[in-house]
Amino acid sequence: MSDAPILLEMRSITKEFPGVKALSDVNLVVRAGEIHAICGENGAGKSTLMKVLSGVYPYGTYDGDIIYQGAETRFSDIRASEHAGIVIIHQELALIPHMSIAENIFLGNEPRRRGAIDWKSANRMALDLMARVGLQEDPDTLVKDIGVGKQQLVEIAKAFAKDVKLLILDEPTAALNGADSQHLLDLLRGFRSRGITSIMISHKLNEIEAIADEITILRDGRTVETLNIKADGVDEDRIVRGMVGRELSSRFPDHTPKIGEVFFEVRDWNVRHPISAERQVCKNENFVVRRGEIVGFAGLMGAGRTELAMSVFGRSYGVYESGTIVKDGKEIVLKSVADAIAHGLAYVSEDRKAIGLNLLDDIKASTVAAKLSKISHHGVLDEVAEYKAAEAYRRELRTKAPTVDESVSKLSGGNQQKVVLAKWMFTDPDLLILDEPTRGIDVGAKYEIYGIIQRLADQGKGVVVISSELPELIGLCDRIYTVFEGSITGEIARQDADPETLMKQMTSTKKMQTR
Amino acid sequence: MSRFKDLQKNLFGGTTSNARQFGMIFTLVAIVVLFQILTDGLTLRSDNLIALFQQNSYILILAIGMLMVIVAGHIDLSVGSVAAIAGILVAKSMAEWSLPWPVAILFGLAIGALIGAWQGFWVAYIGVPAFIVTLAGMLLFRGGNQFIGNANTIPVPEGFRMIGSGFLPEVGPSTGYNNLTLLLGLAACVAVVWREFQSRKTRREMDADAAPLWISVLRMAVMVGVIVFASLRFASGRVGTSFPVSGIILVALVLAYSFYTRNTPGGRHIYAVGGNSRAAELSGVKLKRVNFFVMMNMSVLAALAGMIFVARSAASGPQDGNGWELDAIAAVFIGGAAVSGGIGTISGSIVGGLVMAVLNNGLQLLGVGTDRVQIIKGLVLLLAVALDVYNKSQGRFSVIGSITRAFRRDTPAPPTSSSAADHEPAKTTVPG
Repeated sequence: MSDAPILLEMRSITKEFPGVKALSDVNLVVRAGEIHAICGENGAGKSTLMKVLSGVYPYGTYDGDIIYQGAETRFSDIRASEHAGIVIIHQELALIPHMSIAENIFLGNEPRRRGAIDWKSANRMALDLMARVGLQEDPDTLVKDIGVGKQQLVEIAKAFAKDVKLLILDEPTAALNGADSQHLLDLLRGFRSRGITSIMISHKLNEIEAIADEITILRDGRTVETLNIKADGVDEDRIVRGMVGRELSSRFPDHTPKIGEVFFEVRDWNVRHPISAERQVCKNENFVVRRGEIVGFAGLMGAGRTELAMSVFGRSYGVYESGTIVKDGKEIVLKSVADAIAHGLAYVSEDRKAIGLNLLDDIKASTVAAKLSKISHHGVLDEVAEYKAAEAYRRELRTKAPTVDESVSKLSGGNQQKVVLAKWMFTDPDLLILDEPTRGIDVGAKYEIYGIIQRLADQGKGVVVISSELPELIGLCDRIYTVFEGSITGEIARQDADPETLMKQMTSTKKMQTR
Repeated sequence: MSRFKDLQKNLFGGTTSNARQFGMIFTLVAIVVLFQILTDGLTLRSDNLIALFQQNSYILILAIGMLMVIVAGHIDLSVGSVAAIAGILVAKSMAEWSLPWPVAILFGLAIGALIGAWQGFWVAYIGVPAFIVTLAGMLLFRGGNQFIGNANTIPVPEGFRMIGSGFLPEVGPSTGYNNLTLLLGLAACVAVVWREFQSRKTRREMDADAAPLWISVLRMAVMVGVIVFASLRFASGRVGTSFPVSGIILVALVLAYSFYTRNTPGGRHIYAVGGNSRAAELSGVKLKRVNFFVMMNMSVLAALAGMIFVARSAASGPQDGNGWELDAIAAVFIGGAAVSGGIGTISGSIVGGLVMAVLNNGLQLLGVGTDRVQIIKGLVLLLAVALDVYNKSQGRFSVIGSITRAFRRDTPAPPTSSSAADHEPAKTTVPG
């Protein structure tokens, strides 16, 4: 690979914002026809670098040179870079849900005949592009009706419509389940064999190890190193070392669980879909949680883990059909989120920005939002108590923010997640349900969050962790349930848990008991 | 810049103040001074100030309710019509069913509550957008007013007129001033000083650096000065006039609702719903109840505003309250509320309403015709909100924005609250 011609070279790129040097002297060399991964913790400068490359930050706002296809380029905006064949696909897809696949693919780039859009050839070209990315759908299907995995493919097809030479993917598999991720990675391999160069930003180190040819690691706005995966024998630990600048001896803090009695039980839980009533999203599910125990829920995306958790949490999802919740030996009925909070339940949602936080709030207000009664006397809020509570959690969880008056929208993902955790710890829950607690969070912050979860368990609380990352579940949980199509298909103790066993039960309806 | 921001924070206290509100207070002062000069001192004369308050108290009362509606992420277009139908029913209840006027006022508030419950039901429990519900209400209740009143004007009795055109009575020794107005001013001064010390104490308890004492003193001096000036003006008007009763109602409502929105869980829930309704719901906020409440509350206040207007004009007519919704909405947005909800304060809306009121009044004193007054008001509203939208777009990352906007070196572009490319924002905003 390393003898292939250089397609892109970014030389000593420096980009400053007022008071902050986001990039200093970053170098990146991408060879034609390779898959080049860029790794780094949140805030290392990956996205900034890609914005410099794609012209979001136009020429003149940064220092350094970009040599592309052998010539120095000075992009003035995104259009200019797209014209040169550099297309960036953001993690949050830029598709219009109520338009068809074909309309999305050609949005802003419509084939015309005498001024009007030529839908016949648009559809024909769309089919051709869709075939190239392995998407089998009617081009008239609305984008909202296809899954996230396929939407990602539409984005890529859209890039091909622009005659892409260098494809930049920002966290392409973050929202995809295992199968869709695999398909995407295969697709990238296919592109490579056809000579298309890709740059991939990812937190998923196993994917990088599996697919990338070279990897450039950024740390604190500087290039740490560029490694050739095969020649340098790079593995995940090697990448982590480069990213954090030290060896993380373990990705999980040491922990000896102190597991007590069963205190929370869900029996024969049945829930229907909120809109299409014939769809049952939870089918006769049973599970128990013990005090001091971290219980994992493994399953593919769409398996119904979030739906189960939210329906238990005060029926905040779906239409309750039947089932009972028993806590501390007594049956409890949770008809609203307020009931659930009052009974000591907490649910940390998987999407902290969309449904976990009010981004207009500061840290203070966010921390106390789920239990205002705790800081009010006779119906009047006590600002001092609010401040003190928020400040205590900021210190305890080591949230990086100058003060608790800081707006949560200005925090990084890891620190936002700490605020959400503080918000729910503040409600003094007995049972915490954490839905994808480390999604989009870098390695260092993950380690801290794991520590917090373990401390909560050690305080005698029950913790439920829903995660799509099997290594995370295996490393963190004392017991793991597998969920498939709305049913719990297995229950696996920590010592028996390995990815193969879990994956098998996550993809099969057959109930297996390995305990 | 940061020192300026500190000063701004210190002067206007706490975290609820924002640049917009700060700017609006200055705008208000500037407009007052401007018209004071242009009108050769007419603007701040006692009779003009009193008239200004009387003429605008009902719009400002509407602005209180509208602020809460807008913060919760809704809008209410029906307030003028609701005011009109409440006005005509109350007038009729006194003229034809000879209800005593205090009972009639309660009756009017009950009508407001009933109408509010109707609108709140559709918005909160059925999920029809408030824009549609209140657009329907606007037609419905305007028609109702004209149907009930037969498109006629119905006069109201003397006692009732007090709430719209009454003044604080003359009591006590003859000082050449209205004694009650002076007392009210004194109470306000004491309250300002007390609150200042209270907030200094709070800040100390929050381990925050309390503002330097001189800033507190300066702030108190400015506020006390304004209050003393205003009290003297209101107290020295023509004999028989003083601080208007409608002004007292307004002040009481402003204080009560400011307290409610800032210092109670219920108030905070309104902001939570407007900021992110799903997140609020998952934090235990009863979404439907909050939406129902803000809509219902708005109609109650609209009914009250309608009654005050009827009392001031001594009769209820078919055109009462025409266009009020727009004045109230304008006041709220000029006062710094966000179009998308979740942001805004009662005090800001009052300042916004006063800006419009002073503008209106000053232009009229100068003899500018209503045509040109409307043009100017329209531009002021547009510019104020454009400023807000522009500021917000600066704070957020938007691909479209970054394509269409020329780059400015002094503008940091930390992707903050918007979705795009937001998983790597930390280094530019959070040190460490």
